[in-house]
Amino acid sequence: MLQITNLHANVGDKPILKGLTLSLNAGEIHAIMGPNGAGKSTLGYVLSGRPGYEVTEGSVTFNGNDLLALEPHERAAAGLFLGFQYPVEIPGVSNVQFLREALNAQRKNRGEAPLSGAEFLKVAREQAGALGMDMDMLKRPVNVGFSGGEKKRNEMVQMGIINPALAILDETDSGLDIDALRTVGDGINRIMRKPDKAVLLITHYQRLLDYVKPDFVHVLADGRITRTGGAELALELERDGYKELAA
Amino acid sequence: MSDELDMRDKAAWDAAEKVADYEHGWSSDIETDFAPKGLTEDTVRFISAKKNEPEWMLEWRLKAFALWKTMTPPDWAKLNVPPIDYQDAYYYAEPKAKPKLGSLDEVDPEILRIYEKLGIPIAEQEVLAGVEGARRVAVDAVFDSVSVATTFRAELERAGVIFRSISEAIKEYPELVKKWLGKIVPMHDNYFATLNCAVFSDGTFVYIPEGVRCPMELSTYFRINAENTGQFERTLIIADKGSYVSYLEGCTAPMRDENQLHAAVVELVALDDAEIKYSTVQNWYPGDAEGKGGIYNFVTKRALCQGRNSKVSWTQVETGSAVTWKYPSCVLNGENSVGEFYSVAVTNNYQQADTGTKMIHNGKGSRSTIVSKGISAGHSNNTYRGLVRVAPNAEGVRNFTQCDSLLLGSLSGAHTVPYIEVRNPSAQIEHEATTSKISDDQMFYAMARGLNAEEAVALIVNGFAKEVLQQLPMEFAVEAQKLLGISLEGSVG
Repeated sequence: MLQITNLHANVGDKPILKGLTLSLNAGEIHAIMGPNGAGKSTLGYVLSGRPGYEVTEGSVTFNGNDLLALEPHERAAAGLFLGFQYPVEIPGVSNVQFLREALNAQRKNRGEAPLSGAEFLKVAREQAGALGMDMDMLKRPVNVGFSGGEKKRNEMVQMGIINPALAILDETDSGLDIDALRTVGDGINRIMRKPDKAVLLITHYQRLLDYVKPDFVHVLADGRITRTGGAELALELERDGYKELAA
Repeated sequence: MSDELDMRDKAAWDAAEKVADYEHGWSSDIETDFAPKGLTEDTVRFISAKKNEPEWMLEWRLKAFALWKTMTPPDWAKLNVPPIDYQDAYYYAEPKAKPKLGSLDEVDPEILRIYEKLGIPIAEQEVLAGVEGARRVAVDAVFDSVSVATTFRAELERAGVIFRSISEAIKEYPELVKKWLGKIVPMHDNYFATLNCAVFSDGTFVYIPEGVRCPMELSTYFRINAENTGQFERTLIIADKGSYVSYLEGCTAPMRDENQLHAAVVELVALDDAEIKYSTVQNWYPGDAEGKGGIYNFVTKRALCQGRNSKVSWTQVETGSAVTWKYPSCVLNGENSVGEFYSVAVTNNYQQADTGTKMIHNGKGSRSTIVSKGISAGHSNNTYRGLVRVAPNAEGVRNFTQCDSLLLGSLSGAHTVPYIEVRNPSAQIEHEATTSKISDDQMFYAMARGLNAEEAVALIVNGFAKEVLQQLPMEFAVEAQKLLGISLEGSVG
C-alpha cells in the first residue's frame, strides 16, 4: 500500500530524514518509535504534504501512485489520514460543519456524490457514540476549549467519519489518561484493523501498543530506520531505552 | 390554489417579466435614456422633470445642488481616491421600454461563473419576484436610476404597509416624505449626501403603520448597468409605533474598466417600540486584480431611534467596490432605545474599505452593540472607524464594541480607529479588538482533512465572521457565506 524508498527531507535547510525506507501492506499496523528529534513527526508531515517540508531525494508511492506529486487535500482524498499530535483550533467553525465539508470535498475529488446533511449526521453520530463523545461536542467549534484528551478523541472521531485507507497517527497517545487511552486504542482497532487498511503509529511509549498490537515495530533514529522487529521490540525498547539500540 | 395566491403569482410574474426584459444582456445591448453628460443645474432640472416631480421637490434639489458646489470632498478616511471628475459622468440613466433582448452567450462568462457559484440562477426574475421556492420576499428592483418592479404590492397594502419607489412616494405620499426626507441625514451632512439630495434618481420608500408587523421581508435589489453612470439612490423607511420590519438590500454591478460612482443615502426612523432590521450584502464590482475599475461606494446610512424602546439593527456584508466609505449609524434619542451594528468587510487585491458606525447616545438607558469583522487580503487596506458618543444627560448608557481583524498574506493592511466620547459618568463602555493572521497550522489542518487551499480559507474566514453572518436572514446568510469564499479567491498561493 505504502512504499517509502530512500526518503530524504529537509525542514528549512536542515536535513531531518536521511534515507528512510519503509513498506506497509494492507492489513498491517506498524509502530514507529524513537527518541525526540529523530524525525518521527517530520515523517508524518512529509507523507501528508505539509508546506515547508522539502523532499530532497527518494520516493513514496501510495497504492502505486506517486504520493509526493499530490497536494495535501488530494492525498486526503486518495485515502491518507494524518492524526495530529497537536490538533488545531478553528474558531467559529463547528466540528460537524468542518467534517462534512472536508468529507464532501474528498468525495467530490473522487467523483462521488456528496453526503446529505442527514446521511452525514447519521455517520457522525455513530462514530461519536462509539468513542464516547456526545453530540454537543460535535456541534462545538473545532477543538476550541477542548482538553488535550478531548482533542485526541476528536481526531479519532474524525478518522472514523472520514474512514481512510491509511492512517498516520502522530503521538495520538500523548496527553491521554488510562481510560481515554483504552477508548482511543479500541477506536483504532475498530476503524482501522481491517484487511484493506493500514496504520502507521508514531509513538514514544509502548503503552498504546498494549491496546493496539502492531505487526511491526521500527526504530527511527537520526532520520532513518535503524531496527525493525515484531511487537516484542517495543517491550525491549521500553526496558532498555533507545540509547542501547541506536548504538 | 386560492384566487388570492393566483393573483399574487400573477403579479409576481408580471413584475418578473418586466424585470427580465432589462436583465438579459446585462449591459451593452440595453438602450438607455441618459441625462446629458455632466452636472449643472440643468441636470438637476432634467432629473426632476423626468420624474414629474412636484415643485417643492425640485426646489429642495436645487438648494442641495447650490450647497454642494460650495463643499469639498472629505479627506479624513484612510482611503486613496483619485480626484473624481463630476462633469465626466451621467447622472441619470433610464432603460428604454423595449430593449433588445440579448442571449446568455453575451453575458460575461466570469459573471456567470460567479452567479453559478452563488447559486443565483441567471434567470433572476424568479428571485427578484420572490417566487422561488418558499421564499417570500417583496422586491423593489432599482436598475441604474429607475425602479422597475415592486412586487407583492397588493398583499402589503392589505397590511397597511406602503412599499413604493421613492419617486412614486413623493407624488402619492408627499406629507410623509416631506416630514422625514433629509431629517435623519440633513442636506448639509456631507459632500456625498448633499450630492445625492441634488441628483438622487430613485430608491425605495417604506412605511409600516402603528402596531403592524410587516408580513414579509422587504428587499431592494440594486444594479448599476450603464457605462459612466453614477447611481444615487435614496431609501427612506419609517417604522411607526410598535411596528417591525426586516429589510434586505443586495447590490451588484457588471465589470467595467472605468470607475463608477455610487453615492446613496439611507434614512431610517423608528418610533416608540418599533424595530427595523436592515441587512445589506454589497457585492459591487471591486475592480480587477491590478486594481483597475470598480465602484466608488460613498454611502451615508443613518437611523433615528426616536421612540422609547425603539431598535435598529444594521447588518452588512461588504465584499465588493474598489472603495468603500460607509458608516451606518444610530442616533439613539429614545429612552432605552437600542442600536446594533454587525459588519463583515472583505478587501482583496487593491480594494480599500473605510467602514464602521456611529452610535450617538442621547437617550437615557440607551444601549448599543458593535461587532466588526475585517478581512484583508492581497494589497488591500481595511479600516474600521467607529464613534461611540454619550451625551451629558444620557444616564445609564451601555456600549459593547468588538473589532476583529484577520489578515491574509503579508501585503494587506488592517486598521482600527475607535473614537469614544463619553460625557456622562454613568456610562459603561467596553471595547475589545484583536488582529490575527490565518495560521499555517489552521490551513494545513483543513487541507489534511481534504479541503483545497481556497476552500480552507473560505471555511476559516466564515468561522471568523460567524457572529455577524448569523444575524442575516437565512437565505442571505448562505449567499453571504459563498460570497466570502469567492471574494478571497486568488488570495492564497
